[in-house]
Amino acid sequence: MALDRVRIGFLPLVDAALPILARERGFAEAEGLEIELVRDMTWATVRDRLLYGHTDAAHMVAPLAIATALGRGRPAVPMAVPFVLGLNGNAITLSLPLAAQVMDGDALGDPVVLGARLKAVAVERLAAGQRLRFGVVHRYSSHNYMLRYWLAQVGIRPDIDVEIVTTSPTFAADALAAGEVDGICVGEPWNGVAVDRGVGRIALVTAQVWRRGVEKVLAMRAATLDERGDVVHRLIRALHAAAAQFVDPNTLEANAAILSRSEYLDAPVDAVSRAIGDRVRLVKDAVPIHVPDFMFQYREAANFPWRSQAAWLYSQMVRWDGTPFSGVEADVAQAVFRPDVYRAALAGSDAPLPNASSKLEGAIGADGIGAGSTQGRLILGRDAFFDRRAFDPEDIVGYLAGLP
Amino acid sequence: MRIAIIDTSTTRAAIISDGLREAGLDDIVVIDGTLGMVAALEKAAPEVVLINLENPSRDVLEEFFAVSRALARPIAMFVDQSDAESTAAAVDAGVSAYIVDGLAKQRIKPVIDLAIRRFQAFARLQAELHEARSALADRNTVDRAKAILMKRRGIDEPTAYGLLRGQAMRSNRRIAEIADAIITSDVLMGDL
Repeated sequence: MALDRVRIGFLPLVDAALPILARERGFAEAEGLEIELVRDMTWATVRDRLLYGHTDAAHMVAPLAIATALGRGRPAVPMAVPFVLGLNGNAITLSLPLAAQVMDGDALGDPVVLGARLKAVAVERLAAGQRLRFGVVHRYSSHNYMLRYWLAQVGIRPDIDVEIVTTSPTFAADALAAGEVDGICVGEPWNGVAVDRGVGRIALVTAQVWRRGVEKVLAMRAATLDERGDVVHRLIRALHAAAAQFVDPNTLEANAAILSRSEYLDAPVDAVSRAIGDRVRLVKDAVPIHVPDFMFQYREAANFPWRSQAAWLYSQMVRWDGTPFSGVEADVAQAVFRPDVYRAALAGSDAPLPNASSKLEGAIGADGIGAGSTQGRLILGRDAFFDRRAFDPEDIVGYLAGLP
Repeated sequence: MRIAIIDTSTTRAAIISDGLREAGLDDIVVIDGTLGMVAALEKAAPEVVLINLENPSRDVLEEFFAVSRALARPIAMFVDQSDAESTAAAVDAGVSAYIVDGLAKQRIKPVIDLAIRRFQAFARLQAELHEARSALADRNTVDRAKAILMKRRGIDEPTAYGLLRGQAMRSNRRIAEIADAIITSDVLMGDL
């Protein structure tokens, strides 16, 4: 039987793992699909190829899918996200001189303690007319929103006290080395690469800012769902099967070898292997430490596109773009995430399917909580923000009013 | 109308700017795609920016457009969605364009169309060059392999070529590949 071809755009990051492994390990073929991967260097190009039909779907930073649907900076195009490719997996890496000022010991920083020290430096640098500068991968990226959430909460005003600029992930280590930025918030393996090159120290992982933060998604034009619904369902099943295998520790070395290949991440296999094994080397030559849930690709229905995740991203878009809240925009943003498609694709499989499409984000404590599911048993683990503030998608305005 | 060209290939940038000048559009700034891009753009304040689709600076560029107060109006890719066809053609050719909001469409269309044609011409040129180069490299490889065979087996040139061609046909490979294998083995085996 001829395979249906699906072209998927991606950037060289470890969380492009699921489409790559779905292709390389036969999960796509088992669903009658041939995945063709198209690598690019910028999110702008990944987006343009998707919008103009060079690709059918894309590995994409979640906020960019929403910004595209809302028409931020370009004409709006209806978008759909039927599958989340992973939660978290990013880190904040500081230049060695800055790290020496704000960090001690050999552990990850504590968001509050580190934040207070960083604030003292930020104030000094602002007074000296040399504001601290941080690089993020894109204006509409979870990296930007996680970094800003943390900074604002510890009393550092983004865009006023510190500068936040865009740096391509693959060049982030160069930017640190050249002193163009004092810190970066990027995905792996590029923090690890900066550490191994001896130009940075990992200070925090984004899972410390929001324990279950939505990261990359599978994005497509909404029209693709209408035109090729069956193919999309099969793609979701293939990605879900790839995710189940990806989190099996026995597959780690083989997966790292595949991902690091020149046509995919083109990165050192050791840095890739550390990232997907939740092991983080904080500073050059140090023994990697285990950071539970550093990357979160499968358990707890991690791939389920909660509409409340899209709502949180929209709240941050309003917050940092400085645009007024709009109920219509909030609806459009939430409608990008398609739990209905996820459920339809995985009905009858062993994947747990939540009843609800939206939840209170950041409200689950240490013990976890059972969630109602139409199929399978689902326990959701701790999902807190570091400041213990919860997000109610029904009250974005109230939430924003309570933020610093 | 001031047009900025940002391209990772200086040759292609030159080809495009030549084309625009020929069409009477001579207010052109060519910007090096890496260092100092933002400062150069700020200084030039162009109304149209042409950049190659795969340029690694595109996210930085879009960020600049989003926050810049130096350019009077925000810049969007293409004027409106009625240009979808033209946009698709541009993306296919590998061009992306940013245009000051509100600039009349009839003034921009010729610029975009010309850029598309020049990008396509450049791609053809590159393909031809690549072909010519690999043909030349193949010929060198085959000549060297023939010389090795002639010396080793004491045969003349047509016989050596016949051996290469026969082996290529039998193993369903290109003559250059067979020649390459002979050179490699000659290097490894030395004067046995």
